[in-house]
Amino acid sequence: MSNIAKAFAGGKAFIPFITCGDPDLTTTAAVVRAAVENGADLIELGIPFSDPTAEGPVIQGANLRALNGGVTTDRIFDFVRELRQDVTVPMVFMTYANVVFSYGAEAFIATCQEIGMDGLILPDLPFEEKEEFLPLCRQYGVDLISLIAPTSENRIAMIAREAEGFLYIVSSLGVTGMRSEIKTDLAAIVKVVRENTDIPCAIGFGISTPEQAQKMAALSDGAIVGSAIIKLLEKYGKDAPAYVGEYVRSMKDALR
Amino acid sequence: MTNPNGRFGIHGGQYIPETLMNAVIELEEAYNHYKNDPQFNAELTELFNEYAGRPSRLYYAEKMTKDLGGAKIYLKREDLNHTGAHKINNVLGQALLAKKMGKTRLIAETGAGQHGVATATAAALMGMECVVFMGEEDTIRQALNVYRMRLLGAEVVPVKTGTATLKDAVSEAMREWTSRISDTHYCLGSVMGPHPFPTIVRDFQAVISKEIKEQMLQKEGRLPDAVIACVGGGSNAIGSFYHFIEEKGVRLIGCEAAGRGVDTFETAATIATGRLGIFHGMKSYFCQDKYGQIAPVYSISAGLDYPGVGPEHAYLHDIGRAEYVPVTDEEAVGAFEYLAKTEGIIPAIESAHAVAYARKLAPTMEKDNIIVITVSGRGDKDCAAIARYRGEDLHE
Repeated sequence: MSNIAKAFAGGKAFIPFITCGDPDLTTTAAVVRAAVENGADLIELGIPFSDPTAEGPVIQGANLRALNGGVTTDRIFDFVRELRQDVTVPMVFMTYANVVFSYGAEAFIATCQEIGMDGLILPDLPFEEKEEFLPLCRQYGVDLISLIAPTSENRIAMIAREAEGFLYIVSSLGVTGMRSEIKTDLAAIVKVVRENTDIPCAIGFGISTPEQAQKMAALSDGAIVGSAIIKLLEKYGKDAPAYVGEYVRSMKDALR
Repeated sequence: MTNPNGRFGIHGGQYIPETLMNAVIELEEAYNHYKNDPQFNAELTELFNEYAGRPSRLYYAEKMTKDLGGAKIYLKREDLNHTGAHKINNVLGQALLAKKMGKTRLIAETGAGQHGVATATAAALMGMECVVFMGEEDTIRQALNVYRMRLLGAEVVPVKTGTATLKDAVSEAMREWTSRISDTHYCLGSVMGPHPFPTIVRDFQAVISKEIKEQMLQKEGRLPDAVIACVGGGSNAIGSFYHFIEEKGVRLIGCEAAGRGVDTFETAATIATGRLGIFHGMKSYFCQDKYGQIAPVYSISAGLDYPGVGPEHAYLHDIGRAEYVPVTDEEAVGAFEYLAKTEGIIPAIESAHAVAYARKLAPTMEKDNIIVITVSGRGDKDCAAIARYRGEDLHE
């Protein structure tokens, strides 16, 4: 069983997204630990990229703050090594293809295994291009997470059949960010997913309130939240861990 | 030159969010259908000839030739096209294609504003809605073009993220496309981005080299020895090169914007200073740091101020079929002024990069050699910026 499956073993999973180094890695470590203590089942760690084309303004801001703070891929690897001394929940990296490619795909993915990262999400690596990194991910036991979008339609079955770790279902058109309403027929998407794979699926993009999380998790196996957490970091900076902990608790409670 | 999956050697591909995959697949299917459709091609030719003013002139620059004392120089006058640049070739093709696909809205990125103006023009002509994303920095450098786009009925969205230049405008247009796909076509302005854009844009721009070949055979009874064009993403260059790629006797030379020099950080010369990467939907060469963060590039030319280069150029570089040379701001401004005074033609500052290299190359060649320089656009838009560069504050 992939380590990621453990995140979904105890019921609906709550998956927070945190950009590494926003505003600094000490704060990120405290935020991750606060999230875990308050019930986060899987942590999505963002490695910042200069031009995050799938992100809305909130996460773009986090990327910029982190890069301006001097964070690099190597510093993030060291940070995860330290975090893994006590944090045992499954963790995946979320970044862009060029961050992996430019580091040297094999060096990057081998390091993921060495430091205990369980998966990799690359929003600019669709099904057609996954061969770029998939053989290396398999070699080093790192799950390459696939995404399904509201526009995937005839592609859902094909993507689901070859998916590993968990499936990331994008709730809405557009970029990441909070939305008042999610209109996509997610039940129909999940139905096709279920017909084609046994791996869990979680829904992300646009989720910020406990009510939304509950609704999304009821349709799937979990809810992913990014921008709402980044907003807390934007607002409270180094004091954010306590607020993030409290928020994660409210979200996780809604999923129990 | 294109493999089925949109590769040029190792370059190209479709590195985009899943949300856009069906949109690019739909585009590819529509393009494969219409590119061989006689009616589509007849309509496009009609637009090229009657609306854009094609074929553009191949002009013998006699004074420049005499002044430089070497190869005979011809100028391919894309600056004489409607809207003042080669951009209209691609835009008319894509807008017509989008219309056939049932799209009612065009979105576009723009650097210097030429592609934005061309897109706004085609949208006005074809009764489509139009939104143009433009780096805030560029809206200041190219205020006149912002006004032109608005006059043509387009909405211009200043992009404030990142370096607020062309790359950020591309990112923002991609984000917009992911949020509204069903009625919207992303009219990408250069031979870049995910497949099928590099192929589609090249095919629509290839009219440039098709005409050069015909005109050259007519005027000189032979092919040129060198074709020179400026390269940002590389659409006018690939258009100028395309029908000569198989003609091995023709040197193909792309002029990149070196900004303040390739040994400084203030440069946009991708092939000279970049390395292989994956960005904006394609694998190609990009200016980036050791961790793959895209570099904040610089050039006096807003249209060449881009940290990447189209995948087919990356391939032509790899196989040694085309040469890519850096040209500095100073050299380009010099050429801008030179062509104005020598031939009475004010080239776009982008095109001036190609003129600048020709000034160096022509004297080293024999008098019976022939160089074609593509003047990709007109320079009216640049006058205020060049005046500023020379220390003169111009109020338009």
